[in-house]
Amino acid sequence: MKITQQATDTSLTLNLDGELDASSSVILDTELSKSEVLDYQKILIDCQRLNYISSAGLGVFISHLQRLQDANVKLIFYNMQEKVHNVFEILGLDSLMTIVPTQAEAVAI
Amino acid sequence: MKKDIRISCSRENLKVVRDFVNDYLATYNLSELQLNQIILAVDEVVANLIIHANGEDESRSLCLSINFVNHAVDISIEDSSPISYRPSTFREPDMNEHVRLGKKGGVGMALVNRIMDSVEFTTSGTYNVCRLHKRVS
Repeated sequence: MKITQQATDTSLTLNLDGELDASSSVILDTELSKSEVLDYQKILIDCQRLNYISSAGLGVFISHLQRLQDANVKLIFYNMQEKVHNVFEILGLDSLMTIVPTQAEAVAI
Repeated sequence: MKKDIRISCSRENLKVVRDFVNDYLATYNLSELQLNQIILAVDEVVANLIIHANGEDESRSLCLSINFVNHAVDISIEDSSPISYRPSTFREPDMNEHVRLGKKGGVGMALVNRIMDSVEFTTSGTYNVCRLHKRVS
């Protein structure tokens, strides 16, 4: 799993590249645990190159969602592959998290 | 044709197992979603066995067998941990509660149970077997 970042004054974009499993998800958890994450209005997760996610990867997002919401930081996923979106659907997370098709829609929220 | 793989109990080997299952099923023309779901179910069980049952002890190993017969996938995962999973302890996760409490874990077996048609755990002494079965279209 490789994570690259771009920041604006109001948003932080994390570009996920690879597979999020019980081995690799700690890298993402480290990024989302940083206190400066709460300085942004939006955390955008670009999933275009996210090829796989297991419960460990989902658990990272689940564990940070309330903390972000409490700080009025929106967590928004976009460019998600169908097979990855399907894993969110199986647990009903697609209705608890904001997932949009494109970057333009993510930015517009 | 049945195939087997033996791995040591390291998280690094989760990718090895996923690639093994993917390579085995590649010739059976499953949809991308079905293939990913089966790989995910196997990954969840193997991760639990590596991390929780065997404590990531790399001197320990587990063996996975996979077989595709009559439009169905059968997978068995064997290990010799003194700690065995008891399906009776499973509770459906409340995702709103998980979000509210910021829980990291506790949803892997829900994925396995929702994906597969049958999930069995048997134990004889310290010999544990998990059997997963799924019909595919």
